[in-house]
Amino acid sequence: MRPASIMKLFPRIVSLAGAGLGASLLLPAAAKAEGMPQLDFTTPLTISQVIWGTIIFVVLYRLLSRNALPLVSSVLEERAAKISHDLDGARAAKARADAGVEEANEATAKARAEAQHAINAAVEEAKKAAAAQAEILNARLEKQLADSEAQIAAARASAMKALRQVATETAATVVTRLTGVSPNTGRLDGAIGSALSARGIA
Amino acid sequence: MAAEGSSSIDALGQFQLHPALGFIGGSVNFTQANLMMVVSGIGILALLWFGMRPRAMVPGRLQAAAELSYDTLLSMCLEQIGPEGRKYFPFVFTLFFFILFGNLLGVFPYFFTFTSHIAVTLALALLVFVLVTTVAIQEHGWHFLSYFVPQGIPKVLLPLLVTIEVISYLSRIISLSVRLFANMMAGHVMLEVFGAFIIMLAGLGVLGYAPAGLSLALNTILIGFELLVAVLQAYVFAVLTCIYLHDAVHLH
Repeated sequence: MRPASIMKLFPRIVSLAGAGLGASLLLPAAAKAEGMPQLDFTTPLTISQVIWGTIIFVVLYRLLSRNALPLVSSVLEERAAKISHDLDGARAAKARADAGVEEANEATAKARAEAQHAINAAVEEAKKAAAAQAEILNARLEKQLADSEAQIAAARASAMKALRQVATETAATVVTRLTGVSPNTGRLDGAIGSALSARGIA
Repeated sequence: MAAEGSSSIDALGQFQLHPALGFIGGSVNFTQANLMMVVSGIGILALLWFGMRPRAMVPGRLQAAAELSYDTLLSMCLEQIGPEGRKYFPFVFTLFFFILFGNLLGVFPYFFTFTSHIAVTLALALLVFVLVTTVAIQEHGWHFLSYFVPQGIPKVLLPLLVTIEVISYLSRIISLSVRLFANMMAGHVMLEVFGAFIIMLAGLGVLGYAPAGLSLALNTILIGFELLVAVLQAYVFAVLTCIYLHDAVHLH
């Protein structure tokens, strides 16, 4: 039973109270030989205090239940409503802040992607331009090379022609000096041609 | 609480009732016990009234005390009785603080402790008993009588157990009233006895000073103990009322 368990909580208090009650009853030598005033029903005050007490209790109950306790509960409810309202406001502010952060992140990512894209395009364009320039340069160099080669070949050809002439004239002069007879141009020409071809020049 | 003579101890005289408030009180048999009841009631109302008047979001000391008293009693009702406890909360609150202020004011010198009168505590216990029984009948009608019939018991034992249950139900009145009355009376008798010892022993001369001082020290400790008992007994009364109300609402 629960009342019994409650009473088990306070065995010392009960025993002490009992000891006190016992002590008060075990002092007959000192105490006056009269009964407990609480049980003295010869005076009307014992009963009248209960009647007045009932009236006071009822009045107190009505004042508490109709005025005082609703006053407390109204303040407590007001506070609970204010707290929950403030909490809702804080939650909404947090949601707004979260959305702002999200938006900023998105914008940053987008800007970064755009910048990357622009960089890539610029690099690509620069590469293309460089390649075109290099091609033009190459073409020019090649042309110059070909021109130079042609010049060299022409110079060489003219030099070779001059060499044959020089060789023929020189050979004719040498023969004329040595022999005093001008050589047969036909034979001389053939000899020079074979000599030159033997050296791989003609 | 003041000791009368030096040769005898009048430990029970402090419980004598007198008319209060002069001629008017005397003509309607308004006693000093009733005056203390009024003072207690004004104390409770003043605590709530002046405590809650600032209606502050962050309560000050007095408001915190008022709110704490409200919260403590409300949670006690809800815990012990269940969700229906809210309905009985004003009654339990009134009961607890009526008894608590009565007990605490009684510790002051020259103040009267109205909870030390068996007639008063018996009236309070009867009030609780009548309320609990009314609630039980209102909630369950005649089915309320099944409270006295324990379940899963052989038929042979039934008459005996029903008798015991009825007696234990009726004895709540006695246990509630006598517990409070005896505790308060015993404490005040002890205070009176040791108070008288101080005067008697000190009157013996030099030899009596040491035991008189000892009595004084003991009385000081007893006052602290009385404050504990005052709170505890009010709490026990209120908790038991809640438990009885729980039984009335739920039948076991």
